[in-house]
Amino acid sequence: MSSFHLFFIFVKIGMFTIGGGFPVIPLIEREIVDRGMLDRNDFMDLFVISQSLPGVFAVNIAVFVGYRLKGFKGGFLCALATILPAFIVMLVIAAFFAQYRENPWAVKVFNGLRPAVVALIAVPCITAAKALGLRWRQLALPMLATLLIWLAGVSPVWIVLAGLAMQMCIVTHRLGSAKRSEK
Amino acid sequence: MTYLYLFWSFLKIGMFGFGGGYAMLSLIQHEVVDKYGWLTPKQFTDLVAVSQMTPGPIGINSATYVGYSVTGNVWGAALATFAVCLPSFAMILAISYFFVRLKRNKFFYGMLAGMRPLSVGLMAAAALVLANGENFIDWKSVAIFAGCFVLLWKFRLHPISALCLAGLAGIVLY
Repeated sequence: MSSFHLFFIFVKIGMFTIGGGFPVIPLIEREIVDRGMLDRNDFMDLFVISQSLPGVFAVNIAVFVGYRLKGFKGGFLCALATILPAFIVMLVIAAFFAQYRENPWAVKVFNGLRPAVVALIAVPCITAAKALGLRWRQLALPMLATLLIWLAGVSPVWIVLAGLAMQMCIVTHRLGSAKRSEK
Repeated sequence: MTYLYLFWSFLKIGMFGFGGGYAMLSLIQHEVVDKYGWLTPKQFTDLVAVSQMTPGPIGINSATYVGYSVTGNVWGAALATFAVCLPSFAMILAISYFFVRLKRNKFFYGMLAGMRPLSVGLMAAAALVLANGENFIDWKSVAIFAGCFVLLWKFRLHPISALCLAGLAGIVLY
């Protein structure tokens, strides 16, 4: 496959990331995995890692797949292609949106949209808590994080760093005791 | 200076934005609204609504939009977008390079998997921060929120359909 073709595929993928990054999965499967360019199990591994890494999911998976197929150049090309549609659309909106903000019809529409945005975030939050099978006890720390950000205005950067440090201790301890029980 | 702040801000968003778009929102909101005041809380909510209806992940959409609005030119938009992708890019190249070894690295994956419950907390924070007096102006806002919540939660309506209905409700009610 030529670099140009790969670029085109990821531009297409970038266009379909409307309302969350996960619609890109079946697209990559169809365009890359079904054509035998990437092993399905390898792709599932990349998917799982992309999801857990920080940053934009669609970009993560694009860089992974691009690097697998064509090395550094491929990773760069696929990332660029994925962000290109979003970049162009948002530029156009940023350039013209300001003029229409005061338009009485736009005011009405956005008055309706704003509370909907809160529902749009609240629902996946509950769905994620259920999908992870979190019990009340396990929800204590995430809830503490929520309160610190919401009411105390703590930067989420500190919350994430604290979470990483805590996980580091937990995993070290767990692996340590697993080793001891092996002996 | 603005360019430097813009770069640094979105670099942090790319580096610490765990748990996907919605979880990232609390971080974007903190940097863009609380810390630097590049957008008002209202403009930020509008940006989230627009991002959901246009192509592109929310991290990219907000970087491009904020970069352009703050500097007034394409270079600002390109810089912020580049900054938000840079940490992913660096991390993934490193991981791909060491992939064979990392694949079996229990420490690395154990740590990442352990971060998942936290992303629920981050999402909840984003929702609560946006549930403010500027987004909820009267009882009609509460009704629209409740309607969307039920449609998304019980009837698994697609987010775009929910936003279209909310926009229509806005025209009818206001």
